[in-house]
Amino acid sequence: MIMFLQNAIRCSAAFMFGCLGEIITEKSGHLNLGIPGIMCGGVAGGCLSCYLYMGAIPDYTQPSYILLLLIGIIGAVLSGVFLGSIYAFLTVTLKCNQNITGLALTIFGTGFTDIVMQLMDVTKRKQYFSIASTYIAKPLPFAQNLGWFGELFLSYGALVYLAIALCIATGIILKKTRVGLHLRAVGENPAAADAVGIKVDTYKYGSILTGSSVAAIGGFFYVMDLVQGLYNQYQPVEAVGWLAIALVIFTLWRPYLAIAGSVLFGALYTVSNFMDVSSQITNALISFIPYVVTVIVLLSVSVIGSKNVQPPSSLGLNYFREDR
Amino acid sequence: MVNTKNIVREPLFHVSKRDELSFGKKTIVYVASVFCALLIGAIICSIASPKGNPVMFFVSLFEGVFASSRSIWEMLRDMALLLSVSMALLPAFKMRFWNLGGNGQILMGGLAANVCLITLGGVIGDFWVVLLSVIASMVVGAIWAVIPAIFKALFNANESLFTLMMNYIAQCCVTLFIAIVVKGGSSVLTDDQLPQGGRLPIVGNQFLLTIIVGALIFGFMFIYTKYTKGGYELAVVGDSQNTAKYVGIKVKSVIIRTLAISGAICGIVGLLVTSGNYANAAIGVGSAKNMGFTAIMTTWLGNCNPIMILVSCALVSFINKGMPQVRMAFKLKGESFSNLVVGIIYFFIIACSFIIQYKITFSKKKKEAK
Repeated sequence: MIMFLQNAIRCSAAFMFGCLGEIITEKSGHLNLGIPGIMCGGVAGGCLSCYLYMGAIPDYTQPSYILLLLIGIIGAVLSGVFLGSIYAFLTVTLKCNQNITGLALTIFGTGFTDIVMQLMDVTKRKQYFSIASTYIAKPLPFAQNLGWFGELFLSYGALVYLAIALCIATGIILKKTRVGLHLRAVGENPAAADAVGIKVDTYKYGSILTGSSVAAIGGFFYVMDLVQGLYNQYQPVEAVGWLAIALVIFTLWRPYLAIAGSVLFGALYTVSNFMDVSSQITNALISFIPYVVTVIVLLSVSVIGSKNVQPPSSLGLNYFREDR
Repeated sequence: MVNTKNIVREPLFHVSKRDELSFGKKTIVYVASVFCALLIGAIICSIASPKGNPVMFFVSLFEGVFASSRSIWEMLRDMALLLSVSMALLPAFKMRFWNLGGNGQILMGGLAANVCLITLGGVIGDFWVVLLSVIASMVVGAIWAVIPAIFKALFNANESLFTLMMNYIAQCCVTLFIAIVVKGGSSVLTDDQLPQGGRLPIVGNQFLLTIIVGALIFGFMFIYTKYTKGGYELAVVGDSQNTAKYVGIKVKSVIIRTLAISGAICGIVGLLVTSGNYANAAIGVGSAKNMGFTAIMTTWLGNCNPIMILVSCALVSFINKGMPQVRMAFKLKGESFSNLVVGIIYFFIIACSFIIQYKITFSKKKKEAK
């Protein structure tokens, strides 16, 4: 049971990054369907920078933990910013359709990732990544001494804690600070925000780029921590990205709920590994669960229709000052 | 601008809406942007590969398509399929209903067709099997699209995410079906496990039937959206639901009806890709070949105009067909190069909508200031 919960929490971090990234983006009124592509991009950026770093040091079996982690995150963030800025430029500056731009970004991002990953030498990549993942997924040092508590709460790699910390930080920023207030104003009614002197475009750019970077770390986490450095194709990462977008609705655009929602999704995602998988039919049936649950939540949210659980009201609409 | 002495700085340029561009100018903008995108793709390829130059990119792109009559046929077939899916999405998009579930609807259509084939193939006459497959695939595809439509119509549920999830549920259905049918742990339904009797007939060669069906669907949709009451109603609903309500259009039933048509066409596409009488026809998780998403792009790029959609489908299938040859010529390893180049083209064409809708006016140097 503890094993299962442990896996669920670990898996949830991938969703958490993606979901949080999308929440941050959507708070500015932009529905970014490019998140799956950006998460793939994070795989490319993070893995490539780790690969380069490990190739550069004399003994690749002994990388520095801090440097490896930092370089990986920076690489992922950079690729997230790169892809996010394409989206931001097209939708904010050029005011193009958000759905279409997002989908194009996903197509572009998956292609981009595949190519970057193919640039690396396959055997070297496998060696490097299996070692890198043991470092990146390294549990907190005192986890073993604390029994089930340690196993359940302290046995994860640093990125899991980063995800939770980011969720909490985002929650605080959105609710308690001026920046958060302005950002929410931009998402709810950009014209009004503009009228009181908030720089709408700056906020939109900021939130899209931050959101993309966070989501990109999610892709990096997925490959380096969750699946232990095994990368064959981009499809699983892309699927996580779509689920993360669905999760945004599930969590009602609230960063704190994102933690709980992600753990639930993580549990649903990994449950098939812990059930009797002797029959492929049961296995196939279990794989339905996350999607069906998402649909049910989606529907109940819209059927209830309460005002507190609605998306930012200008979500999906671009803002053009002269349209006011 | 206000003429006060307090103005220290005037923005370098400002953006304003412009009037409709003429057709010729629009065409120039589009063609130029596609060309720029291809050029960037060519440059990326030449940088990424040890040998080769941008010119080779264009040469091999054409070589890949026109190498043999077979590859031309294949391109035409792909184009017909993509065009059919785009036509399926067209009415939904005109209605501002974001049907991102093309993939799922195709898969379910194909699944229904294969279920018919396996259970009835050889049991009843071939003609009846084909007929039942056609009906089943249309009905199941339509159901898959109507479920989100009902919830959109009644509760205003977010359709883009719902249809997206339906894609994955459809994939799970296919996995489940294969797990039930295929004994022995293999998760792939191979061709020899399908009965021969009751597959789609071969017309001319294995590609022609698809192309004919694609042309028929194109014709049907062209007429439906342009000249029928249903097509008019969905356009009104798309422009303004309130207007539609005031003139007495039943918005809810229009949404559901339109999506039923949309799903049924996707279902036929599923039938075409899974029940053909040739190798590798059987259904798999990837049978939809992501056409549901590609068609979203082509439909939107074609600005919901059937003729323009035809052009953009031709462009996309041309590039998809030509890219493997480009990869060979440049000795590139990644299989997704086509994704990359197509993605760049999308970005450029998306950016075109800005040029077409807005104009940039650079503020003049204040020569005759006051």
